[in-house]
Amino acid sequence: MDRVDHIVRRSRFFDAFFAVVGGLILVAVLIVLFVLIGDLFYRGFDRINWQFLTSFPSRFAERAGILSALVGSILVLIVTAVCSIPLGIAAGLYLEEYAPKNRLTALIEINISNLASVPSIIYGLMALGLFVYKLNLGQSILAAGLTLGLLVLPIVIVTTREAIRSVPQHIREAAFAVGATKWQVVRDHVLPYSSGGIMTGVIIALSRAIGETAPLVTIGALTFISFLPSPPLTPEPPFISFKWLMDPFAVLPIQMFNWISRPQEGFHVNAAAVGVVILIITLGMNAAAILIRWRFRRRIKW
Amino acid sequence: MMAEESRKSRPRFKKRSLLYSDSRFGRFRRWREKLIELLLFLSAFASVAITFMIGFILIVESIEFFKVVSIWEFLTDTEWTPLFAEPRYGILVLLSGTVVTSFVALAVAIPIGSIVAIYLSEYASSRVREAVKPVLELLSAVPTVVYGYFALLFITPLLQRLNDEIPGFNMLSAGLAMGIMIIPYVSSLSEDAMRAVPMYLREGSYAMGATRLQTALKVVFPAAFSGITAAYILAISRAVGETMIVAIAAGLQPNLTFNPLDSASTITSYIVQVTLGDLPHGSIGYQTIFAAGLTLMCVTLFFNVLGHYLRRRFREIY
Repeated sequence: MDRVDHIVRRSRFFDAFFAVVGGLILVAVLIVLFVLIGDLFYRGFDRINWQFLTSFPSRFAERAGILSALVGSILVLIVTAVCSIPLGIAAGLYLEEYAPKNRLTALIEINISNLASVPSIIYGLMALGLFVYKLNLGQSILAAGLTLGLLVLPIVIVTTREAIRSVPQHIREAAFAVGATKWQVVRDHVLPYSSGGIMTGVIIALSRAIGETAPLVTIGALTFISFLPSPPLTPEPPFISFKWLMDPFAVLPIQMFNWISRPQEGFHVNAAAVGVVILIITLGMNAAAILIRWRFRRRIKW
Repeated sequence: MMAEESRKSRPRFKKRSLLYSDSRFGRFRRWREKLIELLLFLSAFASVAITFMIGFILIVESIEFFKVVSIWEFLTDTEWTPLFAEPRYGILVLLSGTVVTSFVALAVAIPIGSIVAIYLSEYASSRVREAVKPVLELLSAVPTVVYGYFALLFITPLLQRLNDEIPGFNMLSAGLAMGIMIIPYVSSLSEDAMRAVPMYLREGSYAMGATRLQTALKVVFPAAFSGITAAYILAISRAVGETMIVAIAAGLQPNLTFNPLDSASTITSYIVQVTLGDLPHGSIGYQTIFAAGLTLMCVTLFFNVLGHYLRRRFREIY
């Protein structure tokens, strides 16, 4: 009887021990992550002012700014969105609504899950060989946007599929029953009802694209650029110009990388400030995605 | 009069009775449906094309490289000096950096991530879980260049305060930052896998008098092993392919060493170093990055295949 008692007491001790230690480790992880982010804000937040946002990079830390990187990030993100959103949603639709169960579909599915685990720098190498040299796009905004578009494509596809899967089957059956074709079902029912989930996925994918650095370094983004790409609107007809697509560029994370690598303390402050800007953008986008998902979930009741 | 009327109305009647799809509008609709299906299929197939292009570019450029450098030399040489007057191409040097930084990162992320997952799944109240999970997911959205900043300007000075012989660039702080970055991935995916284990397995275990810890370690963890493996494999791929943290904090000297306190270059940080400079397209230096990339691709592919195998081997079906 004593032996059993002993075993029970020991087991209970380890159980209670883990409850305490596990909780402490969880708290410690959260504290470490918040200390790191807090440290970044502490060092960089004061540096963010109008001058910082509207100046070009400079040899002097206190005169330097992130205008060209900010504009570059926005333009690259536009190309990324234009390339990955339609392609990703279409691929997700095909796999959920149209694809027959055969080897080819299985190949596409395995392929997408493998693409998601390819390191981002490999996409950079592919883009360097394909876009920059074989297709002669050069080290341009277009090449960068396409690279990031391909990089985030698996995220868009996977989240689109999840969103479509959550539309109940009886909605489709009801639409088919009144004579709708497949595309009409998709366009009028499946897409609108899953748009919340799809939007969430798109925003998360784009927030990932904003922070992505390695593939853009690989295709040759500039780290010091003191001019803006050509404007998309022109005073003469046809008023819209796409010349900016072929312009060289810098983006926020590369600007941060460049400033971290410098020895002067002033540039480290600048790096922290860019880091704060990037974090505000990416975490803001992620928070928006969570909010959208929550709103849509509340609104739609099957 | 009657006959005329019936002749007039007959075709109309006939048309209606026929299938809608035979009308001109119906044909247009069917044609449009086919076209849309084709377009959607091409979009889905684009992902296969991307994979094909990745493989094609890496292999074509690497073939040019291996025309100059033998594969044997590439795999066994112990020096990596491709840009020197007397170039040596030993990928082992870069691999050692990748292995050490990944090892440090996984030594941090896998135990801590697993403990957090067990705690969240088996111990924490649902309110704590619902509060912590989104925060962890949000943190996995922090860009890696920001973690690079932490590694170089927060963790390294901290380590130097403990031991002032540690160099400014070292693999330990890069690995630690990488580990912190990977924790949310491991904990979130493992927790999902453990939540998916059906309640009656736990209840059976509790009914036998097991404690929560015994149930977690001996029932839930083995039952969720397939999903947990997937989480670990993802962590490994992340660590091996991570670029910016090592490029910023681990230094850029190729160095065949297994001491995490040294500074060394990894496969990924070598690629960054070369592309930051101005190497002419088509030169042997330019081709080295593709050979290095191909090596990296093979390593991640190996782990993916291994993960696929383990997932199937240990899948539990309820």
